[in-house]
Amino acid sequence: MTRLSSRTAPTVKAVGGRVLVAMSGGVDSSAAALLLKRRGYDCAGCTMKLFDSGDAGLSRRTCCSLEDVEYARAAAFRLGIPHWVFNFKDAFRAAVMEKFAAGYESGLTPNPCIDCNRYLKFGKLLDRARVLGFDYLATGHYARIERQGQRYALKKALDESKDQSYFLYGMTQDQLAHTLFPLGGHQKSEVRKAAWKAGLANAGKRDSQDICFAPDGDYAAAVERISGNAAVPGNFVDTAGRVLGTHRGIVRYTIGQRRGLGVSAREPLYVCGISVRDNTVTLGGKEALLRAWMEVGAFHWISGTAQERPFPCGVKLRSTQKELPATAYPAEKGRVCVVFDEPQRVPAPGQAAVLYEGDTVLGGGEILPSA
Amino acid sequence: MMIYADNAATTKMSRTAVDAMLPYMDELYGNPSSLYAFGQEAKEALEDARGRIAACLVCEPRELTFTSGGSEADNQAIRSAAVLGARKGKRHIVSTAFEHHAVLHTLKKLEKEGFAVTLLDVHENGLVTPEQVREAIRPDTCLVTVMYANNEIGTVQPISEIGAACREAGVLFHTDAVQAAGHLPIDIRAQNIDLLSLSAHKFHGPKGAGALYARRGAALTNLIEGGAQERGRRAGTENVPAIAGMAAALEEACAHLTENAVRVSALRDRLMAGLSEIPHSVLNGDPAKRLPGNVNFCFEGIEGESLLLLLDDKGVCASSGSACTSGSLDPSHVLLAIGRPHEIAHGSLRLTISEETTEEEIEYLIEAVRDAVSYLRSMSPVWRDLESGKAPHII
Repeated sequence: MTRLSSRTAPTVKAVGGRVLVAMSGGVDSSAAALLLKRRGYDCAGCTMKLFDSGDAGLSRRTCCSLEDVEYARAAAFRLGIPHWVFNFKDAFRAAVMEKFAAGYESGLTPNPCIDCNRYLKFGKLLDRARVLGFDYLATGHYARIERQGQRYALKKALDESKDQSYFLYGMTQDQLAHTLFPLGGHQKSEVRKAAWKAGLANAGKRDSQDICFAPDGDYAAAVERISGNAAVPGNFVDTAGRVLGTHRGIVRYTIGQRRGLGVSAREPLYVCGISVRDNTVTLGGKEALLRAWMEVGAFHWISGTAQERPFPCGVKLRSTQKELPATAYPAEKGRVCVVFDEPQRVPAPGQAAVLYEGDTVLGGGEILPSA
Repeated sequence: MMIYADNAATTKMSRTAVDAMLPYMDELYGNPSSLYAFGQEAKEALEDARGRIAACLVCEPRELTFTSGGSEADNQAIRSAAVLGARKGKRHIVSTAFEHHAVLHTLKKLEKEGFAVTLLDVHENGLVTPEQVREAIRPDTCLVTVMYANNEIGTVQPISEIGAACREAGVLFHTDAVQAAGHLPIDIRAQNIDLLSLSAHKFHGPKGAGALYARRGAALTNLIEGGAQERGRRAGTENVPAIAGMAAALEEACAHLTENAVRVSALRDRLMAGLSEIPHSVLNGDPAKRLPGNVNFCFEGIEGESLLLLLDDKGVCASSGSACTSGSLDPSHVLLAIGRPHEIAHGSLRLTISEETTEEEIEYLIEAVRDAVSYLRSMSPVWRDLESGKAPHII
């Protein structure tokens, strides 16, 4: 497999084999390729084509626009490594976009970035890397993988303000063994500087935000576009079931939402419940959102072995949040019950809850609707 | 070692074409529109090329307009016919579902401008019939555009008969002959062709040069406004070296057309026979009515992208589907048009050989593809499901 590898001889003797770097066109993944190449890995780059911009409304700023492919290609050429574009539109639609739409339509709020990592980057793309004879897949995620004896641990990035470990909780031991996160030990500012010095054109490019196939942040429109079903208006009700007004379709609301409700009241109202069966959205005061515990389903343990006894841990309910102290109680059918030390505003069902011990990710799952 | 099996994408320039171009890239750099003798030398080269190309196609030199390539020629032909039709209130165009995007995208734009387009079914064998064309023509039809030979599956359409059907109905007939010119006999007069596009780099000429034939009386509409080059039908200083190279390449290709076709078809048939021994594979397009150099297969349970990269690794230049601008591969609209299911269309491979291909290369290609397909299948979860009976084989 000589032609699939670097076009120019590496300046340092290859230390760790051949790496396929997933390059989105952003500065992070390009810098990941740069760092790996400097460390002496034999690298090739690739960009996944995940959807047509038509499927996402009109957009120039997402990871799949031609402009971003060009950025990735330019970076790869600058680094003297080959670059390919892989068409994974079918898989992305089935595993990510349709799941996202179906979730919203059943009153859940899925996190498509986590599904994309699990099914596309470390699923489909890692499979492709293996088929092509690569030893590793690398991405520009800010997280670390540490080998501990026979096992691999997933840990937070050293630059905690950029840590992305939350999005990676679905990784298996096998995936961790074949993945490199070269940025995990670096500060974002260092990464940008290194990219700048290496002459990568995307060094000053803004970070990607939001869900790539809903670039304008209008998730409801994305759901309608994917499923083809128009949102059906229904009633806003209070916790006692009294009608407060008309909502514009349940897909437009998520638990905890306050803005854009269009219902006036003396105290601020929040979405605190969504009923698919009745097509109603329940509104309540802030206190209605506070919960002492939650149940997490389809729990994935990074170690590959489920814990059986209760244990203290930190829990993240969103990526940028500081962990909340809690106690986890493993339950049946892949569920884990998490009891907070202090009552918390729990995000919408379908969102991810990720458990940490110090800076190590223990695992995570999807928040289940409260009974 | 490299085996070039992507001659439908582009070809190696012939020595004759390179030699024909060199003087105009070197000493004879004059502008053909200049009035002094030095410029007129370039003009002479231009008109000489026009005459020689006309002789190859059996038309008058003045009926040929030089363009930047096949896509421009297709665009201009269709646009021009649409303008002529609209003047008479005729806004219907007949074409096929598997045309090149230069045609399909132009038609799509015209639809937005109020034209109606009928795309004919190309059947599983990749062929349209003159009867289909006859039936599709309406009183308000202003153009029929059917490609001479398909760029992906190589099927050759009954152009003369389609031309005759159009002539009978008094409808303009355009054919995208980009894959055919220099490889198949073309006789514009006898085949009742009104408009024809060709591209130099598909027959061992240079990139960036093409020609549009328009029958006298079929007025062309300009895509590019400016000077009065090409009798006012295409502004911009002519690409003299490339046009000289195009004429030399076409002349050479046409002079050896029959012997090349016989030799290349024999190699093609051997390649097709070898690849069809791979289990769960299927040839795309009619086995006989196809371009001498075109072989196109689908292999179940594999992804075309992986196959191409593995072949690249073995030194084989091949293609699959139609490359989109990003360089990623979409399942080909041509394979979908001949009824291949989405997942089968994803596992396609196009090998297009030329008169430079050797018998040894054909044997190597067969072995390389066989090895790559069986390796990919050994790694494919889709294939495991097919073999264990969890999912049914389609081919």
